Amino acid sequence: MSKLNPNYEASKWRKIERFVNGEEISDNPNLSKHEEEIREASQEDKERNEQFEATITDLEDRIQKERKRSIEALYRKYEKWPQTKGIKIFTHIYRILAVLFCVCIISVLLMTVSYLPTFGDASNPNNNEVPKRYIEKGIEETGAINFVAGMILDYRAFDTLGESHVLFIAACCVLILLRIDHSKNGKKPTEKAEAEEDDRKFEPKNDKILQKIASLLIPPIIIYGIYVVLNGHLSPGGGFSGGAIIGAGLILYLNAFGYEKIEKFFTYKTYQRITVGALLFYACAKSYSFYTGANHLESGIPKGIPGNILSSGLILPLNVAVGLVVACTMYGFYTLFRKGGM
Amino acid sequence: MEVFEIILLLFLIVCAIAVSFSKNLLTTIIIFMSYSLIMSIIWILLKSPDLAITEAAVGAGVTSVLFFVTLKKIRAMKEEDNDEQA
Repeated sequence: MSKLNPNYEASKWRKIERFVNGEEISDNPNLSKHEEEIREASQEDKERNEQFEATITDLEDRIQKERKRSIEALYRKYEKWPQTKGIKIFTHIYRILAVLFCVCIISVLLMTVSYLPTFGDASNPNNNEVPKRYIEKGIEETGAINFVAGMILDYRAFDTLGESHVLFIAACCVLILLRIDHSKNGKKPTEKAEAEEDDRKFEPKNDKILQKIASLLIPPIIIYGIYVVLNGHLSPGGGFSGGAIIGAGLILYLNAFGYEKIEKFFTYKTYQRITVGALLFYACAKSYSFYTGANHLESGIPKGIPGNILSSGLILPLNVAVGLVVACTMYGFYTLFRKGGM
Repeated sequence: MEVFEIILLLFLIVCAIAVSFSKNLLTTIIIFMSYSLIMSIIWILLKSPDLAITEAAVGAGVTSVLFFVTLKKIRAMKEEDNDEQA
């Protein structure tokens, strides 16, 4: 080992060495001490700074968290507001507005009633030349003793065509909304469909009282309906009322004896065929008024003797068509509402 | 005859108010049915028997049956079901 100068740090050689190495030369050895002091101080400062910054970021984090929490609490409060207080206020306003609305409508209607002409007065505006013509020439022109049938199925047959189409379209809408597809395509039946099926399987509950009374009541009901339809041009009634009666009879039959028995003579296919056929017949019989400019009284079919069952031209077959459509629609409504299918 | 008409009209009003105030849906429909029946009698008194037939068949018959079916479909007639099962 070489001898080391104890004063080596302050020696000239050391200075040169430091110069060659490119280190800073300090003549004063105390300076480096100062430097070290400064360095230490700056490091302390740095540390302090870091601590300070850390505390600052910590504080900022806390503040943000606090802010978030408060905002969330506010949101929660306002989200809950409509559920707690909002509904109360809404129902309150709703009630008040409903009463106000009702009072307004009632007052408007009562005001209108006071302006109506007196019932049965000869100078009423509805006693004009139209009903006069219907009453004076109705039998002669339409051959129907029942003026109403003559009006709705001859003078205004085109309107009735639209009305029967309204029924058909209503049935179509119910079909779209409520029909359950029974062709499953290999899929597993859902729970709901199974429940419906279940209800259908145990359908004829074989209620003795219901079946007895139904077997007594259904023939008169349906015969009365047919009578009302066929006698439409002679007596009050007609296609719509008779069809509704027949439909009600069919519904009673379905309730008493179940799907199995009614499907022997009335299925979805028969429904389709009857409705579409009747509507097509009606349309063919009356659509020529498109070309005659709604002047369709001359149909070319002999009117016959007024009062006979086979009289008044097209009114009888049109009545039958309307009756079929209405009966099928009523029955179809019921079955679709009940089980979603015929 | 006028007294009869007044009684019928009063009954109509009572029915109309009772329908809106009764809580049970089943009774509501039955009151509605009776409303239609009274209405059909009034149609006869007003000399329009064809309307009376239609009102009795559609208003009192088919419409209320459809209402019943709807109640069953939306499962608002649960008590009835329980009675049937029991």
